[in-house]
Amino acid sequence: MSRDFSRFVRAGRVHRRIYTDPGIFDLEMMNIFGRAWVYIGHESQIKNPGDYFATQMGRRPVLMVRDEEGRIHVIHNQCAHRGAMVVATEKGNAPEFTCCYHGWTYHLDGRIKGVPLNHGYPKNFDAKNPKVAMNAVARVKSYRGFVFATETEDGPDLEESLGHMTTSFDDLIDRAPDGEIEVAGGVFKHGYDANWKVYFENLCDAAHPLFVHRSSIDASQAQSDDAHTDGSGEIAIRQMRQNGAPYSFWETQVGIWTYPNGHSYLGDYHDDSKLVAALKDPVFREYIAALEQKKGKEEAKRILEVRRWNSNVYPNVSLMSQFQQLRVVHPIAVNRTVVYTYNFKLKGAPEQMFRNTVAFANIVNGTGSLVLTDDLEIYNRIDMGLSSGGARWLQIGRGYQSDQPDAHGGRKGVNSTSEVYIRNMLEAWVGYMNGGNGLSGELAEAAS
Amino acid sequence: MAKKRTPRPKIAAPSRRRVTPLHGRASRAEKALDIHRCEQFVLHEARLLDEAKFDDWLALFTSDAWYWVPSEPDQANPHDTVSLIYDDRRLLETRIRRLASPRMYSQEPRSRTSRMVGNVTIEDAEGRAATIRSKFIMIEYRREQQRLFTGTAWHRLVQIDGAIRIAWKRVELVNCDAPLDGITQPF
Repeated sequence: MSRDFSRFVRAGRVHRRIYTDPGIFDLEMMNIFGRAWVYIGHESQIKNPGDYFATQMGRRPVLMVRDEEGRIHVIHNQCAHRGAMVVATEKGNAPEFTCCYHGWTYHLDGRIKGVPLNHGYPKNFDAKNPKVAMNAVARVKSYRGFVFATETEDGPDLEESLGHMTTSFDDLIDRAPDGEIEVAGGVFKHGYDANWKVYFENLCDAAHPLFVHRSSIDASQAQSDDAHTDGSGEIAIRQMRQNGAPYSFWETQVGIWTYPNGHSYLGDYHDDSKLVAALKDPVFREYIAALEQKKGKEEAKRILEVRRWNSNVYPNVSLMSQFQQLRVVHPIAVNRTVVYTYNFKLKGAPEQMFRNTVAFANIVNGTGSLVLTDDLEIYNRIDMGLSSGGARWLQIGRGYQSDQPDAHGGRKGVNSTSEVYIRNMLEAWVGYMNGGNGLSGELAEAAS
Repeated sequence: MAKKRTPRPKIAAPSRRRVTPLHGRASRAEKALDIHRCEQFVLHEARLLDEAKFDDWLALFTSDAWYWVPSEPDQANPHDTVSLIYDDRRLLETRIRRLASPRMYSQEPRSRTSRMVGNVTIEDAEGRAATIRSKFIMIEYRREQQRLFTGTAWHRLVQIDGAIRIAWKRVELVNCDAPLDGITQPF
């Protein structure tokens, strides 16, 4: 395969093969998930020494572990002996890791601890060789508790790679009156039969809700507010009705911002008076009071005025700082993807705030959600449609050549229905796939 | 891994009163919820769902009912942990209304389902109300694919004007914490 992947991406168009070709998918796992800073997990998922969290970097099973000194490691979940996966549970606490095959044991940082029957190995076998280990991923870095890892020894540092997107993580943390957040409330794992990229390309798509979510918009608009609710249904119904905002709302009030390395966010969407935290709601008033007390009135006002919907950090994590949600994309195969979604608890906020977050998660990220199920159907249909060679080049030209520069080195779409964020992700895609680091020439140049 | 406990979920409401014997002492004249009536009720409910009579299914619930499909085994409550489905009465009405929408793309084409319900036991009963436990297998067929769901259902049954109604229903899927494709059919 030609090494120049820019041939799959042209001005306002992308070739269908990048969503359907197993060979390209395998290369993505090496060149993107093996090179980029990949989100692993949040430090609150491993609070105590010995706590571990098993996840995947692309398709590679890894463990995020806290050692006896409190340091965080990301190690491959693979025994150095015969390659068996060592830890088979999703999370837990262990003083050391033991392989179930021949009993090789490992320290929490992955170094070998003991090899049973160790007299039978050849002379050149040295259990003290640091490469005989559950090998550490090359670099691990936390941005304020959000742990990322990369398989490359060199290349940009995490903060450089995140760029302006650090402010979305800041926003999530800022919302906690005590300045601390933690993962809580379980996890959704939803799957679909299509490529991982189509998920990311939908998260900031402001032109789809009115159409894709028509059934839940109609059903929620027809819903009587007299029917009994314990509060959770009310939150769900508010969100579904919000999806019914007319195109004019998306075109005039909501914005899309994009940044180097494939990142983007949809902003100025909800304001807190509309959803979850209605200003008249006693729980939210209590929350504002707590925020003002800890941070001061001015800072509390600033925080509450940040209204980001999905912030996509390429290639595998998307967060909703305003609603304390985080999604991690796990590519399984070229046409199979599983997304894990998490909630964050804001420390110092009223207990009910988190219960509202859970109700919101159920409607936005839930496997049985009245909203998400239609998105999953669209992903499946994209894969079924792309199997046809009928149209080889897909259109991603909405808003093309009308982007505006952003003060933080990014590009803002002319309005929220611009597909600039897809073009931006594909620039990163070309950059990584060509062996670089998430940057490639302007699409206009690629087209020439 | 810890040994799996015999599921005796912490669910709202049930008291520790003795389980009603299979052929309870409560007089028929009082219309006690005996095992036969309970079994007939859940079979009727399953049939309504298989026949996609969702409005009739919704009518089985009380006006302040809730319907819950937890995301974790032994999940303590639907408020502090996410759920595959957790509908109060208002959201349940919206869910059922959406199922009738011609623009529900995840139901184009429609699913067909087939349910087997059995192992019905009364776990707790106070005269005219009862908490019952049953097992179900549901096959969902849609667009050349067949999916299998199975698990335990808990119903809180009450009687209103002589009719049995569901005050709450909790459905524990055996694979509730697995990666799952979208769920559109109520269990």
